[in-house]
Amino acid sequence: MDASQVIFILSAALILVSALLVVTVRNLIHAALWLIATLFGVAILYVLLEAGFLAVVQVVVYIGAIAIMFIFAVMLTRRDLLDKVPQTNENWPVALGVSALALVGIAFIVRGFVFSLDRIAAPLPENSLQMLGDALISPAAYVLPFEVASVLLLAAMIGAVYVAMNKK
Amino acid sequence: MEFWVDPIKVIFEWLMLTLTGWGLSGELAVVIVDLLGIIALIMGAMLLDIMLVWVERKVVARFQGRLGPNRVGPWGLFQPFPDIIKLIIKEDTTPVGADKLVFNLAPILSLASVIFLWAVLPLASTIVGVDLNVGLLYLVAAGAIGTLSIIMAGWSSNNKYALLGAYRMVANMVSYEIPMVVALLIPTVLSGTMSLKGITLAQSNVWFVVLSPLGALLFLIAAIAELGRSPFDLNEGESEIVSGFHIEYSGMKFGLFYAGELLHAFTFGAFIGVMFFGGWQWPLPWGEKYALVGIFNVLAKGMFFYWVIMWIKYTVPRIRIDHMLAFNWKFLTPLAFVLLMVTAIVHALFMNMAPWLYTLAMFLANVLVGWVTLEILRSNARKQRVAVEAPQPVAQH
Amino acid sequence: MIPLSWYLYLSAMLFAIGLYGVLARKNAIAILLGVELMLNAVNINLVAFWRYGDLAQMAGQVFAIIVFAVAASEVAVGLSLVISVYRRRNTVVANELDLMKW
Repeated sequence: MDASQVIFILSAALILVSALLVVTVRNLIHAALWLIATLFGVAILYVLLEAGFLAVVQVVVYIGAIAIMFIFAVMLTRRDLLDKVPQTNENWPVALGVSALALVGIAFIVRGFVFSLDRIAAPLPENSLQMLGDALISPAAYVLPFEVASVLLLAAMIGAVYVAMNKK
Repeated sequence: MEFWVDPIKVIFEWLMLTLTGWGLSGELAVVIVDLLGIIALIMGAMLLDIMLVWVERKVVARFQGRLGPNRVGPWGLFQPFPDIIKLIIKEDTTPVGADKLVFNLAPILSLASVIFLWAVLPLASTIVGVDLNVGLLYLVAAGAIGTLSIIMAGWSSNNKYALLGAYRMVANMVSYEIPMVVALLIPTVLSGTMSLKGITLAQSNVWFVVLSPLGALLFLIAAIAELGRSPFDLNEGESEIVSGFHIEYSGMKFGLFYAGELLHAFTFGAFIGVMFFGGWQWPLPWGEKYALVGIFNVLAKGMFFYWVIMWIKYTVPRIRIDHMLAFNWKFLTPLAFVLLMVTAIVHALFMNMAPWLYTLAMFLANVLVGWVTLEILRSNARKQRVAVEAPQPVAQH
Repeated sequence: MIPLSWYLYLSAMLFAIGLYGVLARKNAIAILLGVELMLNAVNINLVAFWRYGDLAQMAGQVFAIIVFAVAASEVAVGLSLVISVYRRRNTVVANELDLMKW
C-alpha cells in the first residue's frame, strides 16, 4: 500500500461519511456544510487523478458558489419547527431499498466490464492542461458543447433572477 | 557561496543527510523535511503577521494625526506582544444558542484560507511552496474558503448583526470574484501560463503593469473588495451592525480573524507585486540569482501594496451596499470583460511584432479603454445631474 | 497505485447515497443537495475514465466541466424556484406542494 492509496482511502472515507450525513442530519445548514466536506473530498480525488484544474474549479464553483447558494436558500426558507421533526418522508424505506438496488446494480455492471478493472493509469503528458484548453475551444473538439453550456448558464441566471424576484 | 544562491536546497540536502544518517528511509525523510518546510513557511508568515499589527496601528495613527503605539520598545515596536497576551488571557466566550463546532471552526478556516495562499506565493526563483500550473485559479479557490468561513461565523453566532454582516460579505465576495477572475486572466493571456513562477519570469523584460495598467487597477479594486476592507467593509460596518460577522468572538478567536485580515491584505499586496510588478526581480537587481534578495523584493512590494490598501482604507468612507453591488455589476464586470477582450485581440495581433511595438500597442489599448470608460462615466454623470436639476412638477397628485 | 475499480465503486456508493437523499428527504432544498451528490458521483466517474483511458481524448474532463456548468444552472434555478414557492405557500416541504394533485 503506497501513499496515494492511503490518501484515496482517507478521502473516500471523508466523502462517504459526510455524504451520509448530508442525507441524514436534520439541521439543513449542517447538511449543506457536510456537502462542502464531500465536495472537498471529491476535489482531493481530482488531485489524485492529476486533474488539477478540475480540483481547483471544484473548490471555486462548488464550494465558493453552489454550497454558499444552498446555505443562503436554507436561511431564506428556514422554519424553526423543521429542525425538530424527522426530515424524511414516509417512503424512506422504499428509498433505501431503491438506492441499495441501484448500488448493487452499478456494482454488478462495473464487475462485468470488458476491460481490466485493475488497470493502472499511464503517466500523464506534461501539457495536459493545455490539451484541455485546446479541446474546449477547438472546433474539431468540444467548442459547441462548451458554448451551449455558457448559454445555458446565462439562461439559468436570467431565469433564476426572474423567478426569485419579488414582484410588487 | 552556494548557500546564498539557494539556501533552501542547501538546508534540504543537509537535513536529508542528517535524517538518513539516523537510519530513516529516504521517503520518510522527504516527508519529514517537507513538513518542516511547511511549518517554517507558516511560522514565517505568522511572524510577519505580528509585525503587520504594529505597521497597521502605526500607519493608521499617522493617517489620523496621532502618534500610535510608542510605549513598548523603540517606536512601540513590541506593542503586538502585549496585544497578543491580552487576547490570550481574555475570557473565551461562546454565545448561548451558538452552533459550537461551526462557531469554533470558522476563525480557523478564516486564517487557513490566507495561509493556503502562501503555498503558491513565489518568494524567490528557488523558493516557492508549490508551482501549480493553475496557480491563479488556486488564488480564487482559497478566497472561496474565506467566504465559507465568514458565512459559518455569521450563521453560528446566533446573532442578527453577525448574520447581516455575513450576508453582506458573501454578496460582496461572490460578486467581486467575477472581475477578479477576469483581471487574473489578463496576466494569463500576457504570459501564456497560470503558474505564478511562469508569470514572474515572463516579466523579466517589461512588467505587466506597463502592458496592462487597467488590469492591475481592476485587480487592486477587486482584491480590496475580496479582503472586505474599507471602502468595502460592509461586513463589519461598525457604525451600523457593530462589527458584523465577528461580533460574538472574543479573545484569540477574534485574534485569528484579525490576524487573518491583516495577513490577507499583505498577501494580496505580494500577489499584486508578483503578477503585475515583476515579483522577485526588483527593486534590488540580484533577486534572480540570490534567493534572499528575491524574498526581500517580494516582501518589499507586498509591504508597499499593503500600505496602498491601508491608504485607501483610511481615506475613503464606506459605501452603501446597493452602490457597491451596482458598482460591481454595472461598471467593474463589464469593464473587466471589455479589457480582457481588448487585451486578447491586441495580444493576438501584435504577438509576433517587435517587443517595443507590442508594449506600446498594449499600453495604448489600455489607455484607450480607460479613456472611453471615463467619457462614458462623465456623460452618465452629466445626464444624472441634468435629471436632478430639471424643474420638478409641484403637485404630482 | 490506485486501480480504476476503486474510483468506480466509490462513485457508485456516492451515487446511491445521493439517490437515497433525493427519494427520502422531505425538504426541497435537501432534495437538491442529494442531486448534487449524484452529479459529483458522475464527475468522479468521468474524470477517472479520462485518467485511465486514452489520455489524448479530453472528453472526460470536458464533460466534467460541462457537468459543473449544468450543476450551477440547476442549483440557481432550483433554489430560486424553492424560494419563490416558499414566498407563496410558506413551505418548502415537497409533500405539501400538492395543488396540482387530485
